[in-house]
Amino acid sequence: MMYILRRIILLITTILLVSIITFGVFQILPGDPVRTMLGTEADPTQIENLRSELGLDRPLYEQYVDWMKGLLTGQLGNSIRFSMPVKELLFDRLPVTMSLAGLTLIIVLIISLPLGMFAARRQNKLSDVSLSTVTQIGMAVPSFWLGMMLILYIGLQFSFFKISGYIPWTQSVAGALSTLILPALTIAIPQIAVNFRYVRTAILEQVQLDYVRTIRSKGMSEQNVMYKHVLKNSMIPILTVFGLIMAEVVAGTIIVEQVFSLPGIGQLLITAISNRDFPLVQGIVMYITVAVVMINFIVDVLYSVLDPRIRLR
Amino acid sequence: MQWKKSGLILLTVLMAIVMAACSSDGEKTTTTSGTTDGQAATDAPQEIVVRVNDDPDFLDPHKATASISYQMILNIFEGLMAPETDGSLKEGLAESYEISENGLTYTFKIRQGVKFHNGDDLTMEDIQYSFDRLMGKNGGEKMSNSFDNVASTEAPDASTFVIKLKEPNSNFLYSLTGRQSAIIPKSNDGKHNENPIGTGPFAFVKYAPGTNLELKKNEQYWQEGLPYLNKVTFAFQSDDQAAIMSLMANEVDLTSVPWHRVSEVEGSYNLSHQNNNSSLIVTFNETKAPFDNVKVRQAINYAISKADIIDSVFAGYAVPLGSNMSPAMGDFQKKGLESMYERDVEKAKALLAEAGYPDGFKTKITVSSHNDIYSNIAQIVVANLQEIGIDVEIEVVEWGIWLDRVYFGRDYAMTTIDLTGRASAFEVLNDYISTNDSENFFLFKNEEYDKIMADVLKETDQAKQIEYYHRAQEILAEQATAVYIADYQIVWGSDKQVTGLKSYPFWFHDMSEVKFSN
Repeated sequence: MMYILRRIILLITTILLVSIITFGVFQILPGDPVRTMLGTEADPTQIENLRSELGLDRPLYEQYVDWMKGLLTGQLGNSIRFSMPVKELLFDRLPVTMSLAGLTLIIVLIISLPLGMFAARRQNKLSDVSLSTVTQIGMAVPSFWLGMMLILYIGLQFSFFKISGYIPWTQSVAGALSTLILPALTIAIPQIAVNFRYVRTAILEQVQLDYVRTIRSKGMSEQNVMYKHVLKNSMIPILTVFGLIMAEVVAGTIIVEQVFSLPGIGQLLITAISNRDFPLVQGIVMYITVAVVMINFIVDVLYSVLDPRIRLR
Repeated sequence: MQWKKSGLILLTVLMAIVMAACSSDGEKTTTTSGTTDGQAATDAPQEIVVRVNDDPDFLDPHKATASISYQMILNIFEGLMAPETDGSLKEGLAESYEISENGLTYTFKIRQGVKFHNGDDLTMEDIQYSFDRLMGKNGGEKMSNSFDNVASTEAPDASTFVIKLKEPNSNFLYSLTGRQSAIIPKSNDGKHNENPIGTGPFAFVKYAPGTNLELKKNEQYWQEGLPYLNKVTFAFQSDDQAAIMSLMANEVDLTSVPWHRVSEVEGSYNLSHQNNNSSLIVTFNETKAPFDNVKVRQAINYAISKADIIDSVFAGYAVPLGSNMSPAMGDFQKKGLESMYERDVEKAKALLAEAGYPDGFKTKITVSSHNDIYSNIAQIVVANLQEIGIDVEIEVVEWGIWLDRVYFGRDYAMTTIDLTGRASAFEVLNDYISTNDSENFFLFKNEEYDKIMADVLKETDQAKQIEYYHRAQEILAEQATAVYIADYQIVWGSDKQVTGLKSYPFWFHDMSEVKFSN
């Protein structure tokens, strides 16, 4: 109970801190939302009208206080650029980013775990060395480039894949997959490389421990040694890395949604920032904050599941 | 650990900010989800997916100002007058009109039987409401400055509408198209942005921010037999390179093609070239030394090679200019000015020396990052000007910052930008340049020029108007107001079956006559 309470307090302080920092950045950032929105064609009357209509003629700290008050009552305010409630915009886009992040994590898990175990068992053999080399390259590849390559060499060659846009799961599962697989791979490949290396190291460390020699000498099958004991005991360090990877994936969606024109949160964030849309940026930042804090929460809970000696305090 | 977490969040946000600030593609963020529609279009070709760079600013035609918005929403709304592809006007919702001898009273005969998309008849009340709304006469704020010169409006009977002006203005009819004064139903008051209703060939269905704008056929459109398409989807996608791939993947039916990639789609797609009627310029802050000196401006004009820019930035798809006016404007353009400053390094050096800068000077060119063309042009400018001893530093800023600092703040030395095309010759010459105009961001000041722009409005004879306009263009060239580089073409790539695309001297995707033929 105490643990949950402390978590909630942490969440609130983080939100407060992050929103103040975002607010601060907006103070220094040059550019004006109304001018950016209306462009070069606007006459001064239109600029003034819109500014007072949106309440932007008030000092920024007043706008911030208003926004804070709204947040306490569950309101995120209206987007300047889209003249729509921020909440609506967020909820429209959440499924896209959530699906993308979820699919990416699944891909990372199902590839990096077996691969890492395989490499650990064949330590310093040719297959291990070549896998380590390939993953070194995988980590170095920038995701926007990878995305373009996947579009060119897979997206345009196979008509199954859509290279832009999003089809909701509710409309068609195959459709959703056709829009999400390539972007998910784009984020996943560097993360697979990272995770692979951690899994390999964690398992190698375990394998050298005394208990492994003992159970092996008992005559336990290699299968059982690996899955029942070694893997389970390596999970703690792997989980730590995986928590970081999850946060990386949330960040990765920002770039990748851009490359694949996916109407997700990340894309919305870039639009919001380049349009100096303060309420919208704050709304999205809240989403990212909550997502990252939640991920850490889940990781903490999983620690105690994996290792009963760890208690949540 | 707490600090690590907050740090991570902060990093994510900062990264996004940096990305938005640095990348040109990230600038105008949009997307397409036209995928399913694109598929449908190939099966049942009455639906088209048109790729557009960005979201509209507003759907309310009186609130919208960005040209990108009108590109789409002029399919929904109409005015008393309608634009023609050659830059002239034709009757729109008005069947005919008369202008009194003194040029002050405009009498419009309104077309009968026109219906709004909600099924209501177009009435005089709606027309009155639309103008009152624009002029801020029914309680709200004034929404446009174009009607300051209107003395009164009235509807003497159910098919006549009269507008009286305070002073004659030969350009007034141009304020009566759907772009400046769309006619919208009074019954929809307060909902013009969420649920826009007009009389145009297509009716609003749905707007998904950052994704698309869907329109459907107006079955009761007053022009018999039009439109042909059942559905039009404007899909937002900011990246030109991604758009080309979407065209190849059949996800969009119509998009602009980056000049250097034309050869890739030639043959398998229909290409049409549109003279954009915009004028791409390199300009200066003319109140700041050394650019307040006409000789310096002329020297720069002699030094910059239009041909280099046209070839390398636009792959040849551009027409050189000598003033703001593009050949797309027909007789209004004064011909021959484009060769007034043929590249001549020696002459440029001599002029610079006369102006008191024999060794050149140092300056800065501030360009926006929202489109690559500006930084590409800046690089050629730097190379060209180096030859005459002017040392130019390039500063690339985000579009929002460019607007703030250069366009509105006028705190800059040099910049490059394209001035968007206007339907009327008067606006092409007056907007951005004349001191009568608030958009004059290069702070050009010339008394003769201002006088011409004031006098031409009082002139009703078109031949004489053209004389005025020609003289105005000469002044711009003689005074080296800017380096007028080119009107670049927009190359539209479309599905082979698409026909009936019309190109206007401004941004408008007119879908009324488009159809898929086999």
